[in-house]
Amino acid sequence: MLALFYIFIGVAIGVSFWQITRILNFRSVIATDKDNTKQGRNALYFMAFLYAMMIYCLIFMNVIMLPESASIEGEHDDNLFNITFWLIGIVQFMMQFLIFYFTFKYRGNKDRKAKFYADSHKLEAIWTITPAVVLVVLIGYGLWQWNNIMDLSEDKDPIVIEVYSQQFRWDARYAGEDNTLGLANVNYIKGINTMGVDMNDRNSQDDKQVTELYLPKGRKIHFKFRSQDVLHSAYMPHFRAQMNCVPGMVTEFGFTPKYTTEEMRQQPEVIEKTKGINKIRKAKGEDPYEFDYLLLCNKICGASHYNMQMKITVVEQEEYDKWIAEQPTLASVIK
Amino acid sequence: MSEHHHKETFVTKYIFSQDHKMISKQFLVTGMFMGIIGVFMSMLFRMQIAWPEKSFSIIEAFLGPHQTDGVMNPDMYLALVTIHGTIMVFFVLTAGLSGTFSNLLIPLQIGARDMASGFLNMISYWLFFLSSVIMVISLFVEAGPASAGWTIYPPLSALPQAIPGSGAGMTLWLVSMAIFIASSLIGSLNYIVTIFNLRTKGMKMTRLPLTMWAFFITAIIGVVSFPVLLSAALLLIFDRSFGTSFYLSDIFISGEVLHYQGGSPVLFEHLFWFLGHPEVYIVLLPALGITSEIISTHSRKPIFGYRAMIGSIMAIAFLSTIVWGHHMFISGMNPFLGSVFTFTTLLIAIPSAVKAFNYITTLWKGNLQLNPAMLFSIGLVSTFVTGGLTGLVLGDSALDINIHDTYFVVAHFHLVMGVSAIFGMYAGIYHWFPKMYGRMMNKTLGYWHFWITIICAYGVFWPMHFIGLAGLPRRYYTNTNFPMFDDLADINVVITIFALVGGLAQIIFIANFFISIYRGQKATQNPWKSNTLEWTTPVEHIHGNWPGKIPEVHRWAYDYSKKVDPNDDDSDYLHGQDFVLQTTPLLEGEEPS
Repeated sequence: MLALFYIFIGVAIGVSFWQITRILNFRSVIATDKDNTKQGRNALYFMAFLYAMMIYCLIFMNVIMLPESASIEGEHDDNLFNITFWLIGIVQFMMQFLIFYFTFKYRGNKDRKAKFYADSHKLEAIWTITPAVVLVVLIGYGLWQWNNIMDLSEDKDPIVIEVYSQQFRWDARYAGEDNTLGLANVNYIKGINTMGVDMNDRNSQDDKQVTELYLPKGRKIHFKFRSQDVLHSAYMPHFRAQMNCVPGMVTEFGFTPKYTTEEMRQQPEVIEKTKGINKIRKAKGEDPYEFDYLLLCNKICGASHYNMQMKITVVEQEEYDKWIAEQPTLASVIK
Repeated sequence: MSEHHHKETFVTKYIFSQDHKMISKQFLVTGMFMGIIGVFMSMLFRMQIAWPEKSFSIIEAFLGPHQTDGVMNPDMYLALVTIHGTIMVFFVLTAGLSGTFSNLLIPLQIGARDMASGFLNMISYWLFFLSSVIMVISLFVEAGPASAGWTIYPPLSALPQAIPGSGAGMTLWLVSMAIFIASSLIGSLNYIVTIFNLRTKGMKMTRLPLTMWAFFITAIIGVVSFPVLLSAALLLIFDRSFGTSFYLSDIFISGEVLHYQGGSPVLFEHLFWFLGHPEVYIVLLPALGITSEIISTHSRKPIFGYRAMIGSIMAIAFLSTIVWGHHMFISGMNPFLGSVFTFTTLLIAIPSAVKAFNYITTLWKGNLQLNPAMLFSIGLVSTFVTGGLTGLVLGDSALDINIHDTYFVVAHFHLVMGVSAIFGMYAGIYHWFPKMYGRMMNKTLGYWHFWITIICAYGVFWPMHFIGLAGLPRRYYTNTNFPMFDDLADINVVITIFALVGGLAQIIFIANFFISIYRGQKATQNPWKSNTLEWTTPVEHIHGNWPGKIPEVHRWAYDYSKKVDPNDDDSDYLHGQDFVLQTTPLLEGEEPS
């Protein structure tokens, strides 16, 4: 009923508008010299607005950005991003200036004659070749970095961890002493064996299932991702890491944590961002926030997609050894 | 044809019309209706993002069972973003844009009496109408409309257990899209055949206006890629209804193991994006073609680099079919493929840059007539540049890892294909309204419409890049469960306010549009002093377009401000005025441009 009410109001406004147009002059239709002058100026005002907004965001939104990469592999991502961002930033400012300044400068009037200028192979060559050269650099660096991240074949002694997704939670399985994950399949899901691990596989016995990730600083981690129902995406923004979890398939990603959670909390960028957040939280009467690494779901997966997260804690190697020793093996949990 | 007039009844003239001009109006009005729904949905879910727990009576009014006390349910949020995407991409920017302007302009600008097949053209519209009706009906099914995202990735879209929208809602979505694709293919084939065969005497391919080139290439991309989406949809229907396993494997859901074995969702992603990426250009190229035409006409200057423009349209079209994998860098596909797709993707920057620079050079030293159509075209160049540049970040696989599916992506594609294409559509409507309805649209309302819209477009999408860089994933019902995103809440409020104002500002346009149809100033034959053939037809529509013989073409479409002395910009106009119709024969000794 309420919807009908809204629609009725809309119709009423429409009808009254219609009536008003009876008296309004609907005959001004083609831009005159006066319009050109006015709209040309508007283009300048708009350019001022656009520049102000762009610069404001670039300066004042720095504080909300993700802090520097917490993984060693991500350093090059940050580099490449900065190079690209500066580049497109400069081009953006230049191009927008040309577009709106020309709109103002060459606004039409009766006495002006447009220049008949249909072609220039020289100019076209310039703006074909310049982007091409710049792109060679970007593509080259990008592809080098891509191989750098995605090639996991040459790592020595990585820690193997399976990240397991389902609507709407994350679990993880450490490979244990043998550093080899036991086989698994959804057909084995039963009772507390929620990840469907094949308990007849010798490699499964020492695997350890946990609900939070602990990672040692400075060790390469090999993640293997599985999903039991729909697509999910394991997104670890602080580590510049993301990979989809695909039912029926194992996907992989790897990185080396660079800072422990404690070290990260001491970083000036993080301190500043946390301060900002806590000011907001205090005003709303909520508990203060403390920085933690997170793994979040970044592929639409159902109603509670927005609340699918897992805490990641990066610690020193000794602390990690202590923690992993405390976790029970699957063999001891699943009989 | 025009020689023997049939008696037209109301039904054959206004409903089952085979006249391309009427069909184009039908496409436009249907597209606008769908656009209103799509934009309204975006306003509703923006309210949810900005004020997650607040109750709104407007949400209570329109979402019925899918809300609790004026707060929408998470399922409905996902349904709204899904249907918003589907409607805007396919129904507004594909059918509404291509359908309207290809139909209106192809016969008029190449000098043909109608499309190659008026009957198929009519079928194309009515299939589109039918698919729109089914899509609207799907909004009312009990479990809610499709809600797996507009990309409908299985298994989420295949399993009603996974999300309620994947039941009847998804079935209707698939049926609607299958019909839509049929409509689009019939339309595209018609456009291609018409442009190939029905050009008037003298209208060589190298004399076609750039609009024609853009629509022509767009139709070709559509014919190449839409069938793949149809096959993807069919296989999905098989998986959903007949127990096959094309996309599904090893699934445990709602406490049981499903029987599916051996399929892969990645296959669906490949098939979907094989259309999905060219679709971006199906949306964008017509807008760019319209812009080329309008910028040239209203600058009173030839378009700069006509041949380079055609070349870049072709290059973009070709590249667009081999870049789909950049949507899938982190899908689990082979990393080597990722390298290849990074390479091809970034290459698109080259023809795009050529186009942008050519537009700017066309403005340079022009005599800009700043009509609303011209402003929207200039706005298009601006948003196309802004959105296109961030493509360099997303197309680079190494960088995409960290911003994939964040709001950075949302900002990027909304600017580069959403806002740009909509601006192109608005520009086209303001420019060709006199050709469609024989009247002019009001310019003052047009100016208000333009400035509010572009300010709001930038107000929405510029800050959105930054919340994406802060790591905020898209399609989150609320961000309140993550304290690390608390400092983004204020920005989201600002974005929503811009979105609401921008959305409401479109009422100015709709009012202007409908009032002008009935009350607008009567149009003259060639109000913008344009060169192309459509302005040689009478203002009143007649079947067959030209009362007598079809005019002959003697020159390209861009002889604006041609001078007696080509080296002296201040010398007199060669033909005594600053435009030369394509039908004007060359003067003695005049060099063709």
